[in-house]
Amino acid sequence: MIGYLKEIFSGTWSLFVGLGITIKYFFKPVVTVQYPREVLPMTPRFRGHIELTRDPETGGDKCIVCGMCQKACPSNCITVVGDKVEGAKKKALSRYILDFTKCSLCGLCVESCPADAITFSKDYNLAGPSREAYIFDLKKRLEERKG
Amino acid sequence: MSVHPEVIRLLIFLVGIIAFAALNAAYLVWLERKEAGHIQRRIGPKEVGPFGLLQPLADGIKLMTKQLIVPAGVDPVLFRIAPILVMIPAIMGFVTIPFSETLVARNLDIGLLAVFAFASVNVLGLLMGAWGSRNKYAVISAARVVSQNVAYEIPMLVTVVSLVMVSHTMNLTKIVGQQLGGFWHWNIFNFAASPLMPVAFLIFFVCMLAETNRAPFDMAEAESELIAGAFTEYPGMGFGVFFMAEYANIVIGCSMATILFLGGWDCPFGLYPGVHWFLLKMYFLIFTVIWIRWTYPRTTFYGLLNLSWKILIPISFVNLLLTSAMLKVF
Repeated sequence: MIGYLKEIFSGTWSLFVGLGITIKYFFKPVVTVQYPREVLPMTPRFRGHIELTRDPETGGDKCIVCGMCQKACPSNCITVVGDKVEGAKKKALSRYILDFTKCSLCGLCVESCPADAITFSKDYNLAGPSREAYIFDLKKRLEERKG
Repeated sequence: MSVHPEVIRLLIFLVGIIAFAALNAAYLVWLERKEAGHIQRRIGPKEVGPFGLLQPLADGIKLMTKQLIVPAGVDPVLFRIAPILVMIPAIMGFVTIPFSETLVARNLDIGLLAVFAFASVNVLGLLMGAWGSRNKYAVISAARVVSQNVAYEIPMLVTVVSLVMVSHTMNLTKIVGQQLGGFWHWNIFNFAASPLMPVAFLIFFVCMLAETNRAPFDMAEAESELIAGAFTEYPGMGFGVFFMAEYANIVIGCSMATILFLGGWDCPFGLYPGVHWFLLKMYFLIFTVIWIRWTYPRTTFYGLLNLSWKILIPISFVNLLLTSAMLKVF
């Protein structure tokens, strides 16, 4: 008889404890992010497709066209094209082609770059109608980012 | 041409009660979804209108535009009258409920009996709809509903009987009238009549949850096991009517708990008693009903019956005996 009553009391009490927990959550702020209208900042270690970093002095790219990234890439998705510029000592980057359809985001190119010219972007909103839409010219993208 | 004022009064109350029931059904769905959202730290409906307030309207239009299919093989009569048989008692229950001292459609001397009599027809409608659907899930649901309602009607009515013994009347207005003048006069704190009154309130509330097939006792439409239980075969507004009746029954159940235990339209501090206090208490109880649904998982069927036969019924009988002993002694 004592056990029977004890079970009823402890059972009823546990139900009230449960109600207490849910009402606490009821008054806490919601955690939903209204995605297209609200965007959370990306985490610093997020790996998007690679992009060229901007040289703060010239406003252009920092690439020295050494081709290390192209050699380091295990999937052969990088093509670096440089031109000799009149009067300058070094080659200048004319096109940096990234075939993102093959990229596995391993980051070997970023690691191997001696001039810190490439980094991971935070771009995750990628959508395109064809395969060709994912063959990026990073030089052009850098110039577009200016505006 | 003159119309008898009683006829006008009747019409106004008829329209008012149906409007009240329908509006409550629509906006309790909204409240349920909002509350469920916030308990899970989501937002709930928000796209249709400000705070999603037009969502019930959109849902209603969606349900009404659906085709009313009567599946082949169903019992044509039972299948069609079941939603009506569920809805009518739910509306009828509102007739004797006093919202305030003057706001009552019919102040019957047996108002209490009338409400419980109408409420018990609900299970018959569910049984008919489920049996008529000729669907295995619906039939399982029907068997569960009947045994559940039989099991929970007993402790509920025994508790109500002990209350009737205390108040010497079945007239709901008079029952509230005895509790006026502050919360210490309410039946839930009427320790002079029985020291177990708060327990009696708890029993009544639990039985009300089970009678209206609300979680954690929603055996009738255990959606993860039985699809939609008794309503599986009902399309469009047929389903909608069952849903409206369910919410109307919740409103009636919470109204009865308010009238019997929480002093109806009485203010806890004796300030401005009126219909607003009644609605405040009733909607707080409805909030609690929804809160309970989103807190507890569904019980097993054996757990449900054990709770009734082994705990609620013995305790309600103890309460009955104690109340009668107290009445005799004092």
